[in-house]
Amino acid sequence: MAKVKGDIVVDIEKCKGCEVCITACPNDVIAMTKSVNGKGYHYAESVNEECIGCANCAIVCPDGVITVYKVKL
Amino acid sequence: MSDITKEQIRQPENLVYTKTKLLTDKALSYCPGCGHGTAHRIVMEVIEELGAQDNTIGIAPVGCSVLAYEFMNIDMQQAAHGRAPAVATAVKRLLPDRYVFTYQGDGDLAAIGTAETIHACNRGENITIIFINNGIYGMTGGQMAPTTLPNMKASTCPYGRDVETMGNPLKMTELIAQLPGVHYVTRQAVHTPAGVRKTKKAIRKAFDLQKQEKGLTFVEIVSNCNSGWKMTPVQSNKWMEENMFPFYPLGDIKVDGQLIK
Ligand SMILES: Cc1ncc(C[n+]2csc(CCOP(=O)(O)OP(=O)(O)O)c2C)c(N)n1
Ligand code: SF4
Ligand code: SF4
Ligand code: SF4
Repeated sequence: MAKVKGDIVVDIEKCKGCEVCITACPNDVIAMTKSVNGKGYHYAESVNEECIGCANCAIVCPDGVITVYKVKL
Repeated sequence: MSDITKEQIRQPENLVYTKTKLLTDKALSYCPGCGHGTAHRIVMEVIEELGAQDNTIGIAPVGCSVLAYEFMNIDMQQAAHGRAPAVATAVKRLLPDRYVFTYQGDGDLAAIGTAETIHACNRGENITIIFINNGIYGMTGGQMAPTTLPNMKASTCPYGRDVETMGNPLKMTELIAQLPGVHYVTRQAVHTPAGVRKTKKAIRKAFDLQKQEKGLTFVEIVSNCNSGWKMTPVQSNKWMEENMFPFYPLGDIKVDGQLIK
């Protein structure tokens, strides 16, 4: 199987910290930050190198704040 | 193996997914984790795929999604509470070459708008109805809706819905599926990646059938109202699976004008 590596970019100021993306990620890539954004929400961030760019997190994010990238290695 | 940097991955040519341009840049007015946002996005993704940004007219309801026209970057008209199918009827008859859809909550569609919904369905208007069923009046503070489950708590039935005095929940989707003017009816959910993909396919199908002038197409999305249900978003999605889905089972209800047995 071809190896892939992905990464996500979160629009921090528009994230509402709902954690729905965490449940959707197959590789436990996402966690909530300790710090908060301008609206006072903890926001989602990638916390390891395990992202495979499947976009599960992005398509369930109600606010559409996750952008996903993927490369084949 | 992982000597590729995040900077190298985050290049335009590696883009897999980003929010569609058919949603405006405004922050959604919905509570964190509310399914309305996901539903908005996939409707707009379908319209983008159809290349129909300039050829679609959406009718916004009264309810939490009253401001849908602020977020959906297409032509929209906001309707009086429950009247979206009547407005959509007029729009579609005057502009039959446009895709016309309504976007309505369960209070809007199944309570105050019952008559408009049933009659637009019965006339077989060539429109698509997107029905967001969260079992409650979200916007006004979580009152009981016709769709509230038996024994489910809401602000106007704090001890739970007693069907003896408050009646049984109304399955509008099964009800309108009986009508000959209705061509395609399905019930989906958008809280999981698989659910989002299936719901998007269903919406695409509904729009395609509208193009073919097959009659009314109806997509119910069983959704959460974490604020009204007084749960976290993740809890509310779990509660929805355990309580809403047994009563409102997901899947196709009518395909090609034929009821699914
Ligand atoms: C004629 C009229 N009656 C009542 C209201 C008050 N009202 C506003 S939203 C709403 C219910 C909305 O519930 P639903 O359609 O389920 O949408 P949600 O907010 O849950 O998405 C009601 C009763 C109104 N705005 N206009
Ligand atoms: S699903 Fe979206 S809004 Fe919710 S925490 Fe994740 S990134 Fe933020
Ligand atoms: S793209 Fe897939 S693997 Fe990467 S963070 Fe999102 S859900 Fe997890
Ligand atoms: S009140 Fe309920 S339906 Fe309305 S935005 Fe909040 S969670 Fe969504």
